[in-house]
Amino acid sequence: MSQIVDDIKPSFPLFRQPEYKENLAKKRDGVEERHSDEKIQQVFQWTTTEEYKELNFKREALTINPAKACQPLGAVLCALGFEKTLPYVHGSQGCVAYFRSYFNRHFKEPIACVSDSMTEDAAVFGGQKNMFDGLENARALYKPEMIAVSTTCMAEVIGDDLNSFINNARKDGHIPEDFPVPFAHTPSFVGSHTTGWDNMFEGIVRHFTLNTMDDKVVGSNGKINLVPGFETYLGNYRVMHRMMTEMGVDYSMLCDPTEVLDTPADGEFRMYAGGTTQAEIKDAPNAIDTLLLQPWQLPKTKKHVEITWRQNATHINIPMGLDWTDDFLMKVSELTGKPIPESLAKERGRLVDMMTDSHAWLHGKRFAVYGDADFVLGIVKFLLELGAEPTDILCHHANKRWKKEVEGILAKSPYGKLGQVHTGADLWHFRSLMFTNKPDFMIGNSYAKFIQRDTLHKGKEFEVPLIRIGFPIFDRHHLHRMTTMGYEGAMYILTTLVNSVLERLDEETRGMGTTDYNYDLVR
Amino acid sequence: MALRQCAIYGKGGIGKSTTTQNLVAGLAEAGKKVMIVGCDPKADSTRLILHAKAQNSIMEMAANAGSVEDLELEDVLKVGYRDIKCVESGGPEPGVGCAGRGVITAINFLEEEGAYEADLDFVFYDVLGDVVCGGFAMPIRENKAQEIYIVCSGEMMAMYAANNIAKGIVKYANSGSVRLAGLICNSRNTAREDELIMELARQLGTQMIHFVPRDNVVQRAEIRRMTVIEYDPTAKQAQEYRDLAHKIIDNKNFVIPTPITMDALEELLMDFGLMDEEDESIVGKVAAEEVAA
Repeated sequence: MSQIVDDIKPSFPLFRQPEYKENLAKKRDGVEERHSDEKIQQVFQWTTTEEYKELNFKREALTINPAKACQPLGAVLCALGFEKTLPYVHGSQGCVAYFRSYFNRHFKEPIACVSDSMTEDAAVFGGQKNMFDGLENARALYKPEMIAVSTTCMAEVIGDDLNSFINNARKDGHIPEDFPVPFAHTPSFVGSHTTGWDNMFEGIVRHFTLNTMDDKVVGSNGKINLVPGFETYLGNYRVMHRMMTEMGVDYSMLCDPTEVLDTPADGEFRMYAGGTTQAEIKDAPNAIDTLLLQPWQLPKTKKHVEITWRQNATHINIPMGLDWTDDFLMKVSELTGKPIPESLAKERGRLVDMMTDSHAWLHGKRFAVYGDADFVLGIVKFLLELGAEPTDILCHHANKRWKKEVEGILAKSPYGKLGQVHTGADLWHFRSLMFTNKPDFMIGNSYAKFIQRDTLHKGKEFEVPLIRIGFPIFDRHHLHRMTTMGYEGAMYILTTLVNSVLERLDEETRGMGTTDYNYDLVR
Repeated sequence: MALRQCAIYGKGGIGKSTTTQNLVAGLAEAGKKVMIVGCDPKADSTRLILHAKAQNSIMEMAANAGSVEDLELEDVLKVGYRDIKCVESGGPEPGVGCAGRGVITAINFLEEEGAYEADLDFVFYDVLGDVVCGGFAMPIRENKAQEIYIVCSGEMMAMYAANNIAKGIVKYANSGSVRLAGLICNSRNTAREDELIMELARQLGTQMIHFVPRDNVVQRAEIRRMTVIEYDPTAKQAQEYRDLAHKIIDNKNFVIPTPITMDALEELLMDFGLMDEEDESIVGKVAAEEVAA
């Protein structure tokens, strides 16, 4: 039972040893009141049937494994994208511990974020006092140049008014008059993490531009604004910088957490690093236009751009895949008058070359996918471009308009016939679909690994392997540094997809003397 | 005798606090040991017993002390007329925080501190008029108060509120032991008021436990921050509250109420001439159209 210090074994394979097996069996039989193996198998098999799927989709009052997170999580990511900005969550402490550990597990970086830890008294009397102390302490201790405030359910249920709390904090001298404290109400029980990102972003641009619009002239700074939305692929920020630089376009990336979420281990701790500057936000209304890279999750931002900044907020689709990256670059070119440079044309050519090289392996392969609205839309579009067939397409937090949009895109392609769009559905719904409509692969975040386990349990021929593209990815390292947007992103997605297909094929064909007639050196 | 926990509900301004304190004075006079728990941020449920303006409330003292954990029972429990124990839950200023949560916090505090363990015969919860959220239902949740008395009078809104409260009781009655114990009619001197409330009580499946007539001595006593029983024990009104107290002591009529529909309630009001029959032909017609017609 005891471990040897030079050879510490983790739970696997330690628990394979007879003494542990015996011990675990004793616990199972003695105290767990476990059903018989037959009964468990019977119920498991039942949950894989068409009949169960029908019942599952009639479920009304219960969500099992949501494919979304809550608003303040998005607000915190947004705040991290601004220079020397401390995300501050007005509400209970545990929520903030959750946001920090969630990002932490995905980015493998420390996440600076504070809470004003409301307790029972604050729930009754309102959290103004917490806010006074919190703002004063956070500023004194962590020396930010901006504090971006969002809220948890607790503050929202009792109706705390951030605007008056922050103004009172200024009046009472807890923070200086001119210290920027933008805010957003982000009730977790409404919307999702993408709603929270949108709300926080709108709060920040509102703070810096709402009352200073008089001297602003659209187009006067000659720039294009890019708004990323809830974006966790650091490569996506970087590819945008690169493409804009190659085009010679003057631009502002409004919200950019790449530095703070990817700090080097050189002995120096950086609580703040990089990020969009306050000067850039203030100057944003002078830009030619603002392009929302994930428009489905940014309705509030769009409204602000249109109404307050009086810019067009020209519509683009998420720049994923070939077609929509083309559209994006052409739109930027059209708005700025800068031609698309040879370097990007060449990159595009390389992507097309890769697509044709891999086409034979991806053609007709069936993929189920879930994730955020814009990401799912983009991946569906790219799958169709590759000749792959999207099957079950699920977005937990998207609306009916989005569903129609995806269905419209499916209808335009001969590869879209199998596509079924599900909104307001969770991963337990998705699990049912993986059994009844068995695709070749599923694309999603780490949580679907348990669906893969379940499908394998039914039998090897039922297994649906997971391809990890999305957020969060907790169980593979460094994928958050990859790119999913632009031609570069399409290359990454294509590489990931085709190699997953080939890995799987190898796995199926390496049976010595049984299937290895197809276990080929060259694919 | 086992502790009986009662809650008084009713439309705002109907006289719940006045009625509660007068009837509690009657119970105390009859030798019962009683505690009043005020569940209203206004904290005016115990002033007639304590001869005070407003008692220091649990939440107010918790805020001053730092948190509820810093309080002791002796800090919040005051003793007034004939040893009636008084507590006020209190709550935030209007417009901030959550008063409902304050009630929950206060009642949990009283339980943890053993306020109910002393030899008490009755606890009365005097609850804010409109049961706007789950917090104000705290006294009838988790088997706290088991008897609910609704104070009402022969007016439409008071009866409407009574019916709504009955609906609330049904929700908790099916999973717990809370029961409607009767309507207390606090008279407004409207015509056939007693008959009307008796009929409402019948339809709700309960009783009108007492008809409290209107009497100016109640106001005279209130100005002196006293109950009628203390201010003028010989007054006729004092006897009314004594009668109510004795009826409550002897009460065995505890029911799961049968709330009535809006239509049934309107019909009842029409029968008693408190409401005119609706004329469907005038709905949505502006003045000019009426003149033309």
